[in-house]
Amino acid sequence: MEKILLPDIKNLHLIDVYVSNGGYNAAKKAFTQTPDDIIDQVKKSGLRGRGGAAFLCGLKWSFMPKTTDKPKYLCINGDESEPGSFKDRQIFEFNPHQMIEGAIITCYAIGAKTAYVYIRGEYHKWIKLLQKAIDDAYANGFVGEKMKETFGTNFFCDIFIHKGAGAYICGEESSLMNSLEGKRGYPRVKPPFPAQNGLWGCPTTINNVETIANVPKIIEKGWEWFSNIGHPKHPGTLLFGVSGHVNKPGVYELPTGTLLTDIIYKYAGGVPNNKKVLCVIPGGTSMPPIRGDKLEGVRMDAESLKEVGSAIGTGGVIVMDEDTDLVKVLARIAHFYHHESCGQCTPCREGTGWLEKILKRIIAGKGSVSDLDLLITVANQIEGNTICALGEAAAWPVKFMVERFRDYFEQRVSKEISLPVANKVHSMRQTAVPLADVKN
Amino acid sequence: MEFKFTQENLNRIEQETKKYPVRKPAVMAALYIAQEQNGYISYEVMKEVATVLGITEEEVLGVVTFYTMYHQKPMGKYHIQVCTNVSCMLRGGYEIWNQIKEKLGLDHMAVSADQKFSLEEVECMGSCGTAPMIAINEDYYENLSKEKVEEILNGLSATLSKEEGV
Ligand SMILES: Cc1cc2nc3c(=O)[nH]c(=O)nc-3n(C[C@H](O)[C@H](O)[C@H](O)COP(=O)(O)O)c2cc1C
Ligand code: SF4
Ligand code: FES
Repeated sequence: MEKILLPDIKNLHLIDVYVSNGGYNAAKKAFTQTPDDIIDQVKKSGLRGRGGAAFLCGLKWSFMPKTTDKPKYLCINGDESEPGSFKDRQIFEFNPHQMIEGAIITCYAIGAKTAYVYIRGEYHKWIKLLQKAIDDAYANGFVGEKMKETFGTNFFCDIFIHKGAGAYICGEESSLMNSLEGKRGYPRVKPPFPAQNGLWGCPTTINNVETIANVPKIIEKGWEWFSNIGHPKHPGTLLFGVSGHVNKPGVYELPTGTLLTDIIYKYAGGVPNNKKVLCVIPGGTSMPPIRGDKLEGVRMDAESLKEVGSAIGTGGVIVMDEDTDLVKVLARIAHFYHHESCGQCTPCREGTGWLEKILKRIIAGKGSVSDLDLLITVANQIEGNTICALGEAAAWPVKFMVERFRDYFEQRVSKEISLPVANKVHSMRQTAVPLADVKN
Repeated sequence: MEFKFTQENLNRIEQETKKYPVRKPAVMAALYIAQEQNGYISYEVMKEVATVLGITEEEVLGVVTFYTMYHQKPMGKYHIQVCTNVSCMLRGGYEIWNQIKEKLGLDHMAVSADQKFSLEEVECMGSCGTAPMIAINEDYYENLSKEKVEEILNGLSATLSKEEGV
């Protein structure tokens, strides 16, 4: 299968290598067409957002007003803080120019003169790598005023990196914009939506890094080509980040609709010591977990996962073997959302704390069966009653984990189970390709 | 203690403000630069950042207290961050956390008496596929085992005693 985002080309992160492999030709092609043509092609390609909600990309772009005296902005979301997600950093490291080329094509399509790439602060290394690529793109006249000459167009745009400083919530698009404005990263009430009222009150489009990196290939090879890859309603490839109890964790670029069991057994090398799978979270910790005995036939795309009561999220697949202490895992997830709640909405601020407290009580052996119902009640009180979707992100794993593993949780509250082999360092690890150059 | 940016750092901040239509968004970069120069974000640092960017002290304080990477007290020369979130936990993140806690005799957000080490339990760092992981200052260390952690920590101590020997 052809890889769209992380092809096996050595040193593709270098501008010369990228250019000699046809890089920046898609931008050249795009500038011979109208912005509406570009939006139309991306619409027809069926490209959906890779940041979590799988929203139709071309449709989102078409919400940008055509006539406005205000400047327009593109924000590229590289906050990548959803536990289990580690794919955007692969693009920064191994194919940054394709994202940069995607950014200039997108800016042209929506009429933005400035693109900001918001990257989580902990990614110091990847910020430097992307900054180097952006500097090279400027120096070669692919970004900035010199674009006019290079591409023979009147259009030009700038790309800047904005470095976050440790806050998961800043991945939420309206929080991201507040953070970019130099404020506390509080999510905003919607509507108004960013296309009307975004950065500094101006029309703004926010897309994930991986979404934007797909754009040049759609322009270069045509929307028909793209729409024929993978699942027809969610076409293309996804960067699946596989972690947890697998022999070869790592990022695998595969067509949408790939079988989850193929991802675990064929690509990620199966489960250490051939243990059974107890639970899989298919798209980062916010997404509803799937039972290990229900994996057969599950396909990894937005539509198929919806059918089995889950969602694609960021494509971060977390695998847990039969010896995993699910209560401890869920308590850790609850702690995360409690820690990351920005505190604006009472149901989220208080509810996430209660979820964590109740789960810790169960771990301490002081839980009861009624606690399980209480967990679901609290989760239901959060869901749908908050400003942003962190509420759902916190509620879903608890609600669905308890519902789907009711037998397991009931056993767990009635007696203290000791799990001697759970959560030990897995020392048999082999590395998957491609991986960041590891420090040790 | 009074705090003033060095001229070079003032220039860096000016450079940052050019990315935006207004000066305020550069507060995030300015705070990083201040932390680099001063070691941590004190009240005087916030005052200076506010003056340089022409925003209020309250606006700066609001930003400092929202984001976990700005430190309001001096941290160790080596700030060790251990991820214990799910993917790391499943591969021994807590074992590594306990190992380092014991070895350094420190708890979450504590600093050693000699200011050489500080410890923080962090949320997912985006290294789930190379778990378990720790970060020391700005560098990631991935695919860890207890032996590797031991080696890394001993390496830091060796560097410290070498520096002191000079
Ligand atoms: C709590 C929360 C955290 C989020 N974190 C991220 C993130 O780290 N990266 C990302 O691209 N999208 C994240 N999103 C989704 C964004 O709000 C937004 O939908 C996305 O960036 C849009 O890009 P796309 O349409 O290309 O997917 C998050 C959403 C929520 C509610
Ligand atoms: S749902 Fe939670 S994170 Fe989102 S705005 Fe409300 S309190 Fe903040
Ligand atoms: S869970 Fe530790 S890096 Fe993601």
